Amino acid sequence: MPGSSERLRNAMNIQANPTLTAAETALIDAFAARLSELPGDAAVMLRRDEAVERIKAGLPNRRVEAWHYTDLRRLLATVPPFDPAGDARPLSPLVEGSAVLPLLNGTATAAPVTVEGVAVEALPDLLADGRYAPALALAERDDAVGAINAAFVADGRAVEVAEGAEIARPIEVQNVVGAGQSHVRLPVRVGANARVTLVERQAGAAGGFATSVSSLTVGEGAEVLWVIVQERAADAAYLGQFNATIAKGGRLTLFFMNIGGKLVRQEVKVTAEGEACEFRLRGVNLLAGETHCDVTMVLDHLGYGATSTEVVRNIVLDRAHGVFQGQIRVAREAQKTDAKMACNTLLLSDEGEFSTKPELEIFADDVACGHGATVAEIDADHLFYLMARGIPEKEARGLLVKAFLAEVIEELDDEALVTALEERLNDWFAEHG
Amino acid sequence: MLEIRNLHARIAEDGTEIIRGLNLTVKAGEVAAIMGPNGSGKSTLSYILAGREDYEVTEGEILYNGESILEMDPAERAAKGIFLAFQYPMEIPGVATMEFLKVAMNSQRKARGEEPLKVPDFLKRVREATGSLQMNMDMLKRPLNVGFSGGEKKRAEILQMKLLEPRLCVLDETDSGLDIDALKVVADGVNALRAPDRAIVIITHYQRLLDYIVPDTVHVLYRGQVVKTGDKGLALELEKNGYAGVVGEAA
Repeated sequence: MPGSSERLRNAMNIQANPTLTAAETALIDAFAARLSELPGDAAVMLRRDEAVERIKAGLPNRRVEAWHYTDLRRLLATVPPFDPAGDARPLSPLVEGSAVLPLLNGTATAAPVTVEGVAVEALPDLLADGRYAPALALAERDDAVGAINAAFVADGRAVEVAEGAEIARPIEVQNVVGAGQSHVRLPVRVGANARVTLVERQAGAAGGFATSVSSLTVGEGAEVLWVIVQERAADAAYLGQFNATIAKGGRLTLFFMNIGGKLVRQEVKVTAEGEACEFRLRGVNLLAGETHCDVTMVLDHLGYGATSTEVVRNIVLDRAHGVFQGQIRVAREAQKTDAKMACNTLLLSDEGEFSTKPELEIFADDVACGHGATVAEIDADHLFYLMARGIPEKEARGLLVKAFLAEVIEELDDEALVTALEERLNDWFAEHG
Repeated sequence: MLEIRNLHARIAEDGTEIIRGLNLTVKAGEVAAIMGPNGSGKSTLSYILAGREDYEVTEGEILYNGESILEMDPAERAAKGIFLAFQYPMEIPGVATMEFLKVAMNSQRKARGEEPLKVPDFLKRVREATGSLQMNMDMLKRPLNVGFSGGEKKRAEILQMKLLEPRLCVLDETDSGLDIDALKVVADGVNALRAPDRAIVIITHYQRLLDYIVPDTVHVLYRGQVVKTGDKGLALELEKNGYAGVVGEAA
């Protein structure tokens, strides 16, 4: 029988990873090298130090529950060096006429466009005077995305939408990275009864590594549509985190489309805080090649009578691996919660894989919560019907796969956005047949 | 136009034989009714003509304009001019009806080496066809057959038939689930398609539809075979005496 001190040592050995991976070493070294350039007052730098300690303790592996299907330690084997001069150019916006905020290789390049009712601040200012320090605090031990980002974040935009403002133009943030690294933050506050659409583009060239953390506050009665389009190069790594809190009567629709990347983790952490607020998550994952794409959602229902619906649709080709983890936690006070979650996958290759993990944790007794997950192939009856009208098999299959995804996209109540997203869909199919 | 010789077919999955030595000839310009009790193989025959993979032809031949169609997939058969109006048209969420019509029409044109339709020409054809079927164009913006009533689905089938202009039309229990007004509209739609170079095969359990689409020939299907052939009088006889008499005669 080992003594208690020995048991303790063994327990600690599980936490402390004696050998760091190439990626962990590179991140730690890069932090030391960049320390003098990173913006921030003493409070911010303290947060950065704490974040680097997390990296030193080792990136999460599959034994950490939240990372069970995405062994970050193994999958993020290396990271590229920072390359501020890398090839990263602004994109044409998803919807014409959008107010664009470009972040190229992790740096805001242009003065923000002025939109009435919207105030934009540069993140370095908030870091320099420490106003942003509290936001860099890491809560959960398994928050690796937050940790890497907090250590390195050097730029971003803080957006504030005035109370009652109705912003007609979408605001589009473009996070484009070349072959180097980019770590940005995007805090957004939407005032009471305001309405706004935000588009978050995550794009970039071969080999890049990027993290992006956004935190949104939806004010009372406000209505926000937030669209994430992740279209990175096929060998790029991307870790994203979307945090939101919704106040009383507020409505948030988060739409995501993952169409690129080699290693992708998109975290969604939402708190339905206010009474009768509403959260909708709609997303499509188009997975091909060697992509590993993980969408992990944690939704906390705190407010009375709030509703949430989540619909995620995936198609898997080649040797791609997709993951959807959806956790809904309903607090004791959150009576009359109505929460429904669905994850449907079309598996179009024998070597593809999709892992789904729905979780409901309910502490209130008067709620309606449900979840469903399906993995299927193309419906043979539907295929026969289309072919019986003269549509050749390949085209008929394509139509059905697109239809499966378009159903989710078309729920968005914005014609210009729907058209733009469907064009992306068509481009992707043209590329992947 | 259509010649079926000693056709034997079974359900691919479990090997149950459904069609057992069926012979049938339908000439261009002819309207043929195929009648029979439940389980006689009527719907199976329609699916086999359209090329559904759930059935396996083990013996015999289907010739369409003298050419065997057994090796053709459903899309090839459709492009050659064979059309099946489904008994239960499938609901396909996410595929807008209008888009579906355009893709179907242009796929068939492409297979025949014709240019795709220009948008105004396509719209004009759709508008004309919907008008004659008393259909609302707004319906076509909806996903294919999703939320359509039984009658709307059948009308949508006839609309597709009008637009695709097939040479051989097979209508599987088109009258089921239709009230009398809808039945008249659908029958008018079919009658308008009668032409010297087109054959129409109407599969039905009841004689009712044949009051509105008067057939040239009537064939009684029983246990996977055509057991009796006659003119429209045969349908009336069936209505009066039931299948038992005819089938008993054959057995």
